Amino acid sequence: MPTRQELQVQQKRELEKKEESTIPARVFLPTADIYETNDALNVVLEMPGVDKNSVDIRVEDGVLKIEGRLDFSKYQGLQPLYTEYNVGHYSRSFRLSSKIDQNKIAAELNDGVLSLVLPKVEDAKPRTIQVK
Amino acid sequence: MITTFADPFDALLSLQRELESRLASDWLEGATTSRGPFPPINVFQQGDDILTLMELPGIDKNELQIEAKANTIRISGKKRVDYSNDVSVHRRERVSGDFDRTLSLPIQVDPDRIKAEYRDGLLALFLPRAESDKPRSIKLK
Repeated sequence: MPTRQELQVQQKRELEKKEESTIPARVFLPTADIYETNDALNVVLEMPGVDKNSVDIRVEDGVLKIEGRLDFSKYQGLQPLYTEYNVGHYSRSFRLSSKIDQNKIAAELNDGVLSLVLPKVEDAKPRTIQVK
Repeated sequence: MITTFADPFDALLSLQRELESRLASDWLEGATTSRGPFPPINVFQQGDDILTLMELPGIDKNELQIEAKANTIRISGKKRVDYSNDVSVHRRERVSGDFDRTLSLPIQVDPDRIKAEYRDGLLALFLPRAESDKPRSIKLK
């Protein structure tokens, strides 16, 4: 039998802000995977409950900032009976190490999973050097 | 309640507070069984009926099974996180694997009228309370 991996619940981590917030609500950190290919840096974030019109992605001063806003109007009129997780907006930033072509950043949101492709600029791509 | 200066952020905070206060609720206590507490579930009341929400981002609908019998609901499936082998992974936080969870609700639901919806990584189950389970008002003669 192939290895069966059982899923464990990850507690949602709350965002620790450097600045004080003017909004009294809580913001959570989306879980993220980051991987690099030869041409691009890929960031995958899980933001359940966020639709594609509520995502904001920015790169400023080498910092990638992703924000996802939750539409909590769907929760109106609902009376909670039993809860295991809390809801809130999502926010996370990453400092980018390699140079990114900011005009070519592509994003895709599918079933609560946001996939970002950050293409590297030409001079940051690895090159093989021929030995003479 | 109607407030003239409805603050959307305030609404979120009060929702979060309400969710927090129900963390200690014994509503499903001892009634959620089977293996592992994944996916995390929130249970809401909507009139007579029950609405459950589960956070299940990035699931293939074909790999998700929902079964209902009497007052028991089973949610099982597989969550995949696959990347090709030639990439270098810098950070890995998303979890993957099999999950199987059974809920036994303390009320009777009508299994034929259960509706399931998967959108934006949230699985919503509408569980209508069975007619036979609804309280009846008794008229005094």
